[in-house]
Amino acid sequence: MSGAPHERVPVLEVESLSRSFGGVRAVDRVSFTLFSNELLAMIGPNGAGKTTCFNMVNGQLRPDAGAVRLNGRSILGLPPRSIWRLGVGRTFQITATFASMTVRENVQMALVSHYRRSRALWRPARDHYFDEAMALLERVGMDRQYDRACGVLAYGDLKRVELAVALANEPGLLLMDEPTAGMAPRERMELMQLTTGIVRERNIGVLFTEHDMDVVFAHADRIMVLDRGQLISEGTPMAVRSDRKVQEIYLGGSAVHDGGPA
Amino acid sequence: MADFIVSLLTGLSSAAAMFLVASGLSIIFGVTRIVNFAHGSFYMLGAYIGYTLVQAIGSTAVGFWAAVLIAAVAVGAIGVVMEILLLRRIYRAPELFQLIATFGVILVIQDVTLWVWGSEDLVGPQAPGLKGAADILGKPIPEYDLALIAISPLVLVGLWALFKLTRWGTLVRAATQDRQMVAALGVNQRWLFTGVLFLGSALAGLGGAVQIPKGGADLLMDFNILAVAFVVVVVGGMGSVFGAFWAAVLFGILQTFGIQILPNSTLVLMFLVMAVVLIFRPWGLLGMPETLGQAHPGPPEQPLRPALPRVRILGGAATALLLALPVAHLVLPQLVGAFTLVLVIEIMVFVLFAAALHFIMGPGGMVSFGHAAYFGGGAYAAALLVKFADAPFEIAFWAAPVGAALLAFLFGWFCVRLSGVYFAMLTLAFAQIAWAFVFQDMPGSVLRTFGIADEFGAPLKITGGDDGLNDIWPSAWAGTRIAYYYIAVGLSVAALWIMRRFLYAPFGYTLRAGRDSPLRAAAIGIDLTRHRWLAFALSGAFTGLAGALFLFSKGSVFPTTLEIARSFDALLMVLLGGVQSLFGPIFGAAALTWLNDLFSVLSYWRFLLGVTIIALVLLLPQGIVGFAGTRLGRRLRLARPEEITA
Amino acid sequence: MTAPAGAPVLGLTGIDTFYGRAQILSGVSLEVRRGEVVALLGRNGAGKSTTIKSIIGLVRPAGGEISFEGNAIQGLEPFQISRLGLGYVPEDRRIFTGLTVAENLEVGRQPRRANAPEWNHEKLFALFPNLAAMTGRLGGLMSGGEQQMLTIARTLMGNPTTILLDEPSEGLAPVIVEQVAKTILDLKAQGLSILLSEQNLHLSTLVSDRAYIIEKGSIRYEGPMADLAENEEVRGAYLMV
Repeated sequence: MSGAPHERVPVLEVESLSRSFGGVRAVDRVSFTLFSNELLAMIGPNGAGKTTCFNMVNGQLRPDAGAVRLNGRSILGLPPRSIWRLGVGRTFQITATFASMTVRENVQMALVSHYRRSRALWRPARDHYFDEAMALLERVGMDRQYDRACGVLAYGDLKRVELAVALANEPGLLLMDEPTAGMAPRERMELMQLTTGIVRERNIGVLFTEHDMDVVFAHADRIMVLDRGQLISEGTPMAVRSDRKVQEIYLGGSAVHDGGPA
Repeated sequence: MADFIVSLLTGLSSAAAMFLVASGLSIIFGVTRIVNFAHGSFYMLGAYIGYTLVQAIGSTAVGFWAAVLIAAVAVGAIGVVMEILLLRRIYRAPELFQLIATFGVILVIQDVTLWVWGSEDLVGPQAPGLKGAADILGKPIPEYDLALIAISPLVLVGLWALFKLTRWGTLVRAATQDRQMVAALGVNQRWLFTGVLFLGSALAGLGGAVQIPKGGADLLMDFNILAVAFVVVVVGGMGSVFGAFWAAVLFGILQTFGIQILPNSTLVLMFLVMAVVLIFRPWGLLGMPETLGQAHPGPPEQPLRPALPRVRILGGAATALLLALPVAHLVLPQLVGAFTLVLVIEIMVFVLFAAALHFIMGPGGMVSFGHAAYFGGGAYAAALLVKFADAPFEIAFWAAPVGAALLAFLFGWFCVRLSGVYFAMLTLAFAQIAWAFVFQDMPGSVLRTFGIADEFGAPLKITGGDDGLNDIWPSAWAGTRIAYYYIAVGLSVAALWIMRRFLYAPFGYTLRAGRDSPLRAAAIGIDLTRHRWLAFALSGAFTGLAGALFLFSKGSVFPTTLEIARSFDALLMVLLGGVQSLFGPIFGAAALTWLNDLFSVLSYWRFLLGVTIIALVLLLPQGIVGFAGTRLGRRLRLARPEEITA
Repeated sequence: MTAPAGAPVLGLTGIDTFYGRAQILSGVSLEVRRGEVVALLGRNGAGKSTTIKSIIGLVRPAGGEISFEGNAIQGLEPFQISRLGLGYVPEDRRIFTGLTVAENLEVGRQPRRANAPEWNHEKLFALFPNLAAMTGRLGGLMSGGEQQMLTIARTLMGNPTTILLDEPSEGLAPVIVEQVAKTILDLKAQGLSILLSEQNLHLSTLVSDRAYIIEKGSIRYEGPMADLAENEEVRGAYLMV
């Protein structure tokens, strides 16, 4: 970890969040706090409520009960686009980019929206925020491919573009849904190193879900484990790994993932 | 009370045909993902074939019902023929091409029906054994109505059993979700599709045949039922047979009571109910959220780039040629006749219309099937202003784009909440309502209801219905052929250029962003619904401008400017030109206007046009401008090397 | 594990596959012998899924030959290939979400085959105990792990002799991946031949006899799984481990 000069302040506070689907409690009184300059991983078996939890934080789903606060301000009931305006960047499990636009145009779109110029009718879009877009692309290592169409990009490169797009509104919080899904092991590590670097230099808090335990144990500062909607364990990677309950319901006998210390 | 019951029963009986047609449409869509536009034509064929069979064998009760059933089976067989010869070749084609192909089938069936049965409306014979009237609470109600009331629930239960209890039904439901996977599990989906087409078409045929004793058969049945079936399916929920049933019952009852309250108001009432339902349930009463457009076939669109030098030169040359044409006409009248100028005006009107449709269709991914509403709506707005407010040309002209924009603003509010096929069907339904509004002279009819008359005591006409509004010409300064030519060409070229600017600006990019990935668009703070709404209204304004140019070039306007066929013309122009290119609609409109002009002198020109459309869909799936993206196009430097698509 | 010396069941020779103008596979050749589990390893976009889809006919190869149980199957429709006894378990599972578990299984049902183990509900529920309790449940209401079991069970209802398993571990929790591994070994014990496309090297090592590595649409490595597990150089070069 680089010598972080930033102060750790709570970015996201979740209190007693609950949501049921047809009588089944998908998320049951989950509370946690995410600090700036911190990577918090949310793991758990399929159906444990990770996605539901995630979607309540990003505004796609309304909780039945509980509170979600961003920098001390309640964001409950706001649509995703308003939450984004408050400084929340997102990346998706399956990359979501604009396939018919170039890499740079994808980032420009986010900037155009950030500066509320989406409805500008006259000056060509390609002249808007050119340099800012290039600076972001440089940071994620995509500046040399700026003019390629996103539709033809390799998967790992798309993930980087998404990261640049997510950074366009200078977020204080990044929500990353399975950031390394579908990537080769080495690419996974590279992407997470890049993310970690950015998080440290910009003092961002990151909440991410992930199935690759190698990634989680190597990069998360803290880990939460969900099972059947409830938070069953929370702590440093070391503590979570040695938690009996977690081993039993989630990690298993470690035959199929690297068990060694990160 | 008795009156109420009788009205209710009448309503339920008129729901039968609606339910049969709508359920067939819904089932076919569910499995093949094709909105079968020819479905209304199958309904019409059911009526005509049924009529002929009833004449032949329908003198007894058994014979009559046998005739009805044979008609249904015959129409089912026609559906099978269409599936095998046409649909099978285009299942993998983009959604739109499938729609266009079935539209070609409509045209073919129209002319074949005309050729076989002639243009006279046929009055249906009464059903033997059900000619009388039953006595319900002291009121007479036709026995045949009672038979119709029984048919829908019987068919509904039959369909339910077929889908829930048989292996075939299970396979069909599985294929509705993922036909590739069904095939990979060893099911011959070809015959599954063929079977579904048979079932769906036979239901439409049955619907047409059972209503002969009530409505007979005529050549307008196809489009009339199509709009109604769309509304029923949208309100019921796409793919839901039960939804179609309840929606049909709802509208059947609504029609009966609506007629009593306000004659000629049925379509408007349907619109209001649909609007209310869609506000609360965007996917209909029993529908599921559609996930259409997720598996978009074909390569993604290329990024927008500034036009290549050669393309710019060609564009400039074409504009210069257009501007020079009247000069040529004056110098060499025998070479460039007056008719050429008229044809070019007409072409430019439709180029503008097509480009305005493309504005939302290409970059926005919103395929409007009812854009004639804004074309004709704009024209009527201007014409009414001239007729009833004596507005001068200079003001009335601009009322067209403004009026069309307002109309698009109203309709668009509902439409832009939906996407894909739902959007398409809803736009079509709205357009049909706008058509009915002027065709049935709704405002005039309301005034007549209140007994308001003109100064001579005759009932007031507002839109003039079928007769349209006539004698609406530009001011003297603009009235000469050459002056109007310059107005039309100048305004449409300017409008094309402005639309192009919009599309290259953040506005157009944001529109494309929403089309490419709604998820990502929302995640970067874009209010997509509102953006699409604005785009829809802008497109409506440009379409209205085309309507104004059309109105003042013809001097009159008729309800045909709003009809479905007109909407399809525009759609066809965009598709023929190629939806992925900004130049596409220009070429498509020019080609189709010219082709229409060529064919219109022939009898059975619809048949020819239909066959041409089907052939084009099968042979040129990229559209005409898709050609620029081919190797040849690249050699001619019309596209960049990386833009080759085929 | 030693490679069993069964006769070839499935063979690909020089398969070329295109999406539009982009060539995805170039000259892919591989072989699966009777009773064998063969891993097809590679990263995302390397051509694993395209290879599997080319075999089952969902994608049509432009060139090359595919033989299955002595039949040339390239160019056949997916349903024809499936009816020869080749089962396909897709990546991302593709459960019919609107159908119940029992109905999902019904879609997969095919007549029994002389040279393959026969499956019925009881036998399947013995292999996947979770499914037994939820035959009436809609596929869409199942968890990811349950769906993975159902998609395998559904394919088994076709009584296949050979199964193509496309990335069965993707998106699953480690405990569920262990179950998948057990299932694969169970099926192998019943005599089925399996082609397993995977990114998860741990899972592949656990269950496979032999392995191919595919990279940019071409086979770059072929050998016993045990050798690959020891060959760090190859793993590093192609799998980016």
